[in-house]
Amino acid sequence: MYEGVVQDLIDELGRLPGVGPKSAQRIAFHILQAEPVDVRRLAQALMEVKAKVRFCATCGNVAQEEQCNICRDTRRDPSVICVVEEPKDVVAIERTREFRGRYHVLGGAISPIDGVGPDDLRIRELLARLADGSVTELILATDPNLEGEATATYLARMIKPMGLKVTRLASGLPVGGDLEYADEVTLGRAFEGRRLLDV
Amino acid sequence: MSLFRDDGIVLRTQKLGEADRIITLLTRGHGRVRAVARGVRRTKSKFGARLEPFSHVDVQFFSKGSELVGRGLPLCTQSETIAPYGGGIVTDYARYTAGTAMLETAERFTDHEGEPAVQQYLLLVGALRTLARGEHAPTLVLDAFLLRSLAVNGYAPTFGDCAKCGMPGPNRFFSVGSGGSVCVDCRVPGSVVPSPQALELLGALLTGDWGTADAAEPRYVREGSGLVSAYLHWHLERGLRSLRYVEK
Repeated sequence: MYEGVVQDLIDELGRLPGVGPKSAQRIAFHILQAEPVDVRRLAQALMEVKAKVRFCATCGNVAQEEQCNICRDTRRDPSVICVVEEPKDVVAIERTREFRGRYHVLGGAISPIDGVGPDDLRIRELLARLADGSVTELILATDPNLEGEATATYLARMIKPMGLKVTRLASGLPVGGDLEYADEVTLGRAFEGRRLLDV
Repeated sequence: MSLFRDDGIVLRTQKLGEADRIITLLTRGHGRVRAVARGVRRTKSKFGARLEPFSHVDVQFFSKGSELVGRGLPLCTQSETIAPYGGGIVTDYARYTAGTAMLETAERFTDHEGEPAVQQYLLLVGALRTLARGEHAPTLVLDAFLLRSLAVNGYAPTFGDCAKCGMPGPNRFFSVGSGGSVCVDCRVPGSVVPSPQALELLGALLTGDWGTADAAEPRYVREGSGLVSAYLHWHLERGLRSLRYVEK
């Protein structure tokens, strides 16, 4: 046990995800030895992120204003919406530079065993966005695991009758891997979604 | 330090750290087992989709102790798919919600880790296979599974003879606390009077008479489901989270 404030800092750091008691101690001593200006910058960043960041009123992504940068960008195609589970997924898709439409963040996936049902996600907000008829395609980009698939099935069943084009991200073999290590489900999916080679 | 091999159904997965998961399985030989699958959330993981809920898999575990369960969580080192039931279940939302309730029930009935529960295991494998094939309505498969799970764990309800005095059925009253159908003399306050068709349906589900069960009218199926969930809640003492999401 250290004295007073040092121990308080170690305890607070130890509450962060993935930080154990030893790592917390190491970070605390790093902070103690750092220049005051660096520490102040860190403290300010922590305070600002809590004060300024909120969730976009339209898509649910993290934002600094009423709407996020993507929803405010008029160059983006408003007729295509990509549905994802978390704000982290928006960043992952943005890195590909393949998608020029808008997003909708659900805030999780349907998982009854964990007590998460359709009403706990931002599905009502999604339906409200689709109501005015300007959206023509909905891309379901929930995680390719069981809960993500179930959420996609639920959304597709609900939205298809509205006459929209509903698509699901392809799943199959990862680029750069060996075929023999692929599991049966993934390999089966890759077969299902095979495409014609235009050579 | 020892290696164990067993086959089982994946009941639940929980995120652990950066890219790992804790997998809860109901195995044939060791009952409920929790194990760590390292790196399973990475896209290039060697496990791929094998350790998703509903998967029937053959798994090799590495345990620090001489027993599989006891000294910390064992590691999942290899896995092979026996049957990927998830594929047939997740494409239909009603099947998914019914299947999830089955997994949670199986988990709740196997409280003690490492204690074999072969009958519960075989029941779950059979129920998931039926559910994935879509041969019967998902709610019927779920109710049949719940009734039979209660039966193999020693809580079999009666739907004909009186549960208290054994008076031959059919009996009009049904009491959750008394163990099923009860006669006029044995009925307790709070007993309900279900329709004879609903009781007949539940009896058919318990014994596996699918001809009668499939022909049942939707209102009797709903009534029967209500009785089953009340009976299950009474015996589990704590409600199942996933049961209220089941599409009826």
